[in-house]
Amino acid sequence: MNSTSIITVVLLCIGVLFNLFGCIGLVRLPDVYNRLQSATKCVTLGTCSILLSLVVYFGFNDTGVKSLVAIPLLFFASTVGAHALARGAYYFGVKLGEGTVKDDYKEQVEIEEKKQQLHEIP
Amino acid sequence: MTTVLHILLYAQILLCFFCLYRVVMGPTIPDRMVGIDIFGVLVVGICAILTILTGRMFIIDIGIAWIILSFIGTLTMAKYLSKKKLNE
Repeated sequence: MNSTSIITVVLLCIGVLFNLFGCIGLVRLPDVYNRLQSATKCVTLGTCSILLSLVVYFGFNDTGVKSLVAIPLLFFASTVGAHALARGAYYFGVKLGEGTVKDDYKEQVEIEEKKQQLHEIP
Repeated sequence: MTTVLHILLYAQILLCFFCLYRVVMGPTIPDRMVGIDIFGVLVVGICAILTILTGRMFIIDIGIAWIILSFIGTLTMAKYLSKKKLNE
């Protein structure tokens, strides 16, 4: 094994480990928003690490450049999708979990609804 | 190196079953949607490992296409959910 293979295997192991943590959080946590936060952060970072290992393994030929392009694509797609899903779940009416102390987003939603009502009256 | 790659591939496939558990057992619709979203990202990892393992270059293209389709599906479902209510 040369040094390229060793770096590839190390990056792959880091990626699969992060994916494992994310999926354990997806199964074990009590709430939709907690599951979304844990799973999205950990799994996105782990998959970016796996794609980075492809760049190390193949170098800068077509496959390496394709996986290098896939990293920012995955980063933005996953985070934007998770944000939209959290917002949709809140408007859908999913309750927060048992141990939740404070809900800041509720005040923001009320303020937005008041603004919409003010615009609708005239 | 091939043995390690096989072990990591099977570990990644095992993680997909965790996501399927959340899809089957989720109490509400957003729970299932989170499971499907994370499943799509894990499949991209499987495609990347298969590219190294088999040496066929087209498998990473499947991964890139899967990212875009999963993103569109999640956005559509979020937009649909924000117009609905749970208890109606």
